[in-house]
Amino acid sequence: MNFLDFEKPIAELEGKIEELRHLSDSDEINIAEEINRLQLKVDKLLRATYSKLSPWQKSQVARHPDRPHLSDYIARLVSDFTPLAGDRSFADDKAIIGGLGRFRGQSVMVIGHEKGHDTESRVLHNFGMAKPEGYRKARRLMEMADHFRIPVLTLVDTAGAYPGVDAEARGQAEAIARSIETCLDIRVPLISVIIGEGGSGGAIALAAGNVVLMLEHAIYSVISPEGCASILWRSGDAAKDAAEALRLTAQDLHALEVIDEIVPEPLGGAHRNPEVTISTLGDHIERSLKTLCLIEGGVLRARRREKFLAMGKVGLS
Amino acid sequence: MNWLTNFVRPKIQRLVRPREVPENLWDKCPQCGHMIFHRDLAKTLSVCPHCDHHMRLEVKARLASLFDGGQYQRIELPKSVVDPLKFRDSKRYVDRLRDSQAKTSEQDAIVVAHGKIGGTNTVIAAFNFAFMGGSMGMAVGDGIVAAAELAILQDAALILIPASGGARMQEGILSLMQMARTTVAVDKVKEKGLPYIVLLTDPTTGGVSASFAMLGDIHISEPGAVIGFAGARVIETTIREKLPDGFQRAEYLLEHGMVDMVVHRHKLPETLATLLGLLRHRGPAGQVLSLPVDIPDSFETDTGD
Ligand SMILES: [Zn+2]
Repeated sequence: MNFLDFEKPIAELEGKIEELRHLSDSDEINIAEEINRLQLKVDKLLRATYSKLSPWQKSQVARHPDRPHLSDYIARLVSDFTPLAGDRSFADDKAIIGGLGRFRGQSVMVIGHEKGHDTESRVLHNFGMAKPEGYRKARRLMEMADHFRIPVLTLVDTAGAYPGVDAEARGQAEAIARSIETCLDIRVPLISVIIGEGGSGGAIALAAGNVVLMLEHAIYSVISPEGCASILWRSGDAAKDAAEALRLTAQDLHALEVIDEIVPEPLGGAHRNPEVTISTLGDHIERSLKTLCLIEGGVLRARRREKFLAMGKVGLS
Repeated sequence: MNWLTNFVRPKIQRLVRPREVPENLWDKCPQCGHMIFHRDLAKTLSVCPHCDHHMRLEVKARLASLFDGGQYQRIELPKSVVDPLKFRDSKRYVDRLRDSQAKTSEQDAIVVAHGKIGGTNTVIAAFNFAFMGGSMGMAVGDGIVAAAELAILQDAALILIPASGGARMQEGILSLMQMARTTVAVDKVKEKGLPYIVLLTDPTTGGVSASFAMLGDIHISEPGAVIGFAGARVIETTIREKLPDGFQRAEYLLEHGMVDMVVHRHKLPETLATLLGLLRHRGPAGQVLSLPVDIPDSFETDTGD
């Protein structure tokens, strides 16, 4: 388990528990009691810490290396997953994974960013930062789903679209624009979930859905706190302040009506219990999907467009 | 020439020389050079048991391997115009056709059949490479058009399996026109919302690759298949450079975004069944689910573990 800075007191307690578990020669009953006592303390501390995470702390939780990623969600929620590759013009971008599968009995097209879980896979997936070919693949797959009347599920987890010369040369901006346009054009249900980081244009390219869900400690923002700090504060050290100012938490975005639902995370964050996180999200998706599947395609499209047209009508009180 | 041929008397030569391998019983893997007994090769669907190289698969074996239980019905194809240009090179085209027909016992380079794959009604049009290199002329075009029409008539999925060097030169401009003709045919299937899958096999080049073969909803390729427009030799002569290893191979196309997946021949039936099931909203129990009204009221909960 990787511990974040603000989790140090929790880490220390859990370290003690671990030590006690390895002591077997002394009085077993006393040890068990002590472990129980410490475990309660850990839970209490976790509850206290995670119930009032600051936006900056949430940014760290959202990027936690042990947090479940797209491939974990697919493995547990989607059977018969059949990945589809390529933009039919330049490359297959592995920062975005997409394919057909079955979610609780229903055919779905799943598309999302994959960050990778170790050095090798992070490099393979370019840390979840997609290039134009990634967004063009996403667009192709959304259009395919539309054609076959299959609902689309997008899972967003990216620091942002890849900033690079090659990406610009191939039209990063155009690719993102077309991907957003396609999100808003299809006549099948589109459910988007911000599962970790929702970084800028690279995120909304997949996230203009009928329903946008967001995990309790995920973040979604026009720019990363660090990026914002270096531009407006002229210092990366101000990231904490920028995180506050950007209103990037699920709770703020819900109040702003940018997202529709907050999906609760288990005690101590998604990384402490990926299994529960994933199945909870599955239940939320299923509920939305069932409702959306009853709505006619043209209406789905119109409502989605109206919803995004009306964005920003609500301010924070 | 070795010393045997030159210096040893023929009788001894016959004893020392390895026995000629009867051509029809043994095949040599072009990749690893192993000799493989024909029965073994039939069992592995012409995949080399030593190095996994995918050799060309005879068209009937191909169909039997893909349809559920090996069961399928071939359809009779319309009589096409024969030799419309009265073409001859060193040999008359009609004679070449007759030779190929005698050699393959087929009328031309395409076979159309229908049956079920994973329970889904499916029409397959498969190229027969043994017939003039699978080249596409009027008859092949007719076969693809017939397959597309049959798919629409049966509300079935369409799978095209090219194995072709490209257009049939002996039919000149009319073979070129098959590129436009087959494009219309497959687009009609797509307009009906029926799945159109292309299974790219070795080789898919020239006018075949540059028409219906690149227009699938989903592109699947066999490992190592050569897929491309211009022939490698033509490119090398033009740019005067040696082409990189793996150029125009299936894996190269996957990397370059042109195909969805490269699938081992033995995994193809399973992959196609899954895809067709998903695209046609077939539930695990075979019930057809469709949007927007027929959503199952109790979603299954046994998925993912
Ligand atoms: Zn071999």
